[in-house]
Amino acid sequence: MKIVACIKYSFDVSEVKVDPATKELRLTGVPQRVGVIDKNVLETAVTLKEATGATVHGLTLAPAGAREAFREAMAMGLDDLTIIDSADLAAAGPAVTAMILATAVQKLGDVTLVVCGEASDDGVSYQIPPRIAERLGWPLLGYARNITLTGETITADRDLDSGMQRVEGNLPLVLTVTQETNTPRRPTLMDALKAKKKPVAVWQVAADLGLTPEQLQARASVTRTAQEGIVIKRKQQMFQGEDMAALANQLLDALVVERVVTE
Amino acid sequence: MEKFDAIVVGAGPAGATAAYLLAQAGMQVVVIERGATPGSKNVSGALLFSQIYNELFPNFWESAPVERAIVGHSIAFLGQETSVTLDYRDLDPTHTPHNAYSVLRACFDPWMAQQAEDAGAMLLPGYTVERLLVENGRVTGIHAGGDDLLADVVVVAEGTRSQLLKQAGLRDDFYAGDVSIGVKEVIALPEEIITNRFQCLTADEGVAYTCVGHTGGVEGGGFLYTNKETLSVGVVVKIDALYKSQRQPHEILDEFKSHPFINRLVHGGKVVEYSAQAIHRGGVHLIPQLYGDGYVVVGSAARLLLNNVMTLRGMDVAVASAAAAAKAILAAREKGDYSRASLAAYEQFFKQTDVYQDMVTFKETYALLENKRLFNVYPDLISGVMDDMFSVKARPGKKAYRALRDNMHDELTLWQMLKDMAQIGRGLVR
Repeated sequence: MKIVACIKYSFDVSEVKVDPATKELRLTGVPQRVGVIDKNVLETAVTLKEATGATVHGLTLAPAGAREAFREAMAMGLDDLTIIDSADLAAAGPAVTAMILATAVQKLGDVTLVVCGEASDDGVSYQIPPRIAERLGWPLLGYARNITLTGETITADRDLDSGMQRVEGNLPLVLTVTQETNTPRRPTLMDALKAKKKPVAVWQVAADLGLTPEQLQARASVTRTAQEGIVIKRKQQMFQGEDMAALANQLLDALVVERVVTE
Repeated sequence: MEKFDAIVVGAGPAGATAAYLLAQAGMQVVVIERGATPGSKNVSGALLFSQIYNELFPNFWESAPVERAIVGHSIAFLGQETSVTLDYRDLDPTHTPHNAYSVLRACFDPWMAQQAEDAGAMLLPGYTVERLLVENGRVTGIHAGGDDLLADVVVVAEGTRSQLLKQAGLRDDFYAGDVSIGVKEVIALPEEIITNRFQCLTADEGVAYTCVGHTGGVEGGGFLYTNKETLSVGVVVKIDALYKSQRQPHEILDEFKSHPFINRLVHGGKVVEYSAQAIHRGGVHLIPQLYGDGYVVVGSAARLLLNNVMTLRGMDVAVASAAAAAKAILAAREKGDYSRASLAAYEQFFKQTDVYQDMVTFKETYALLENKRLFNVYPDLISGVMDDMFSVKARPGKKAYRALRDNMHDELTLWQMLKDMAQIGRGLVR
């Protein structure tokens, strides 16, 4: 059985600054690494591998030069990694990315489970996993926790806003996990040593996946959306005085007026 | 259990050099680095003196990520509101390699580590070596990331705050008075402004300043180096003197930066990075035991630094020591003997290096760096003399000696000054 773990070379969003004048995100110089949620993806895939004897294959759309960034992912337990070179794909939208990833899953062959994060650290479109599922014609099991795989059947709790939903599904399917799904392991030094010897393949979108620029262009229907920063202005009300009780009452009154608290 | 020929702890200049040379000679080498990438944990000036790098990596400046070639070195004495500067410039652009290059360690260290990897060393970043494995006084490997790893020889290259050998009972604690603290800011300025402000012809040229005085009365000095689009500005002060002064390191740096001379150089820049780092004071008398059964210690982990007031050299000393250690390890491999006696060759090789000779040459400089007057009396005195010599005032002018005596006020006696001059002479002149 083959499991594919889709992971992303993401911006470290904690380092992203907003241009004070234009409100645009400043991405130059922001470090990139495998995303935080991708560790949960890897943990899920590797745990299932350990339970079932499956193999786990990393799949990512990233610049070929970024392969060193995947060292830890490899150490966490991937058997191999396939990097689809994104060099010629400046800012591919979700539809294009999903098409590429789904095609790659098909090319890997005999895959019965694809694990993704619910959304990437930086893009946060939530679109990739459902689009991959749609392209593959597989069911999507989203926001999964407590995942068990018995034979061809996967059982999991779906972590929904309204509560937990226990579901069961048959392979093949696409699974998404959240940061609450598990606690990612810390690979040991031996894991890191072994990871050094694991194969990394670099595929080209056209040459290896047979996707022409025209095909991709057709998927990239949305070219640009308006992007506007939100400025929240604080009211900056100050209450000054000696009498603490009176000040507290004033504060409370102000909060009631603002409907922060209700009487 | 996995066993390697050599384990290198730390992927700084010393560790990368050792790994590079050992791997190149066909040894199985693993380098363990605690930072997520080499250089990410590093704080350094960072001025790289070319000589030894060029021997190891010929024409390194063509492929390595260097910032600017240092074509000028200046020493500035900072008085209260005055400065006296001595500038040296080598203006021959064909004179490569230049004496030094400014580098940013977050870019330069990965390049060095890459050379080691390309030579076949295995780099494992993101792991801290927790302890050495010791059997009957012999270092047999390391423990990191939950695993033991064995090797014939361990190269300890973990930098200034190296604790592994002490922890293993293989060396004594270092005396705190022999440690300085360096604080540094990286200040961003447009490339063109830096080029113009420092009178450079192109963005590939830069200068380095060593400053004496205006460090809050604490023994130490300041530095300012030009990078491509940033300046590295910092102070290095004695840690015990700083403690006594009850001042914070960043206050000393702020005071240094507020001096009109420095302020003019950094003016309009934006601080993009602040960092602090303990630095060994360096000196030939501070060199500890460099080897033992199954291990060698190189670079700052062995307190190998050179400070002669004019320059503070760490990286090239680190590289020189690592090269000497690698040579000894390769000789030990020939004999199949990694004992203390066999690795003693490292010390012999190191003592033959120019770097070590420089350390011997400037051995008297250490005492000079302890002399408080160098930092809080002489900068003003020199400035006062210059003022008297240059200025036209509503009183009769003076010749130099008269100006000197008048400017000594009550802070300095002639006898004291003569003694200091003798000390400076011993340290720097002959």
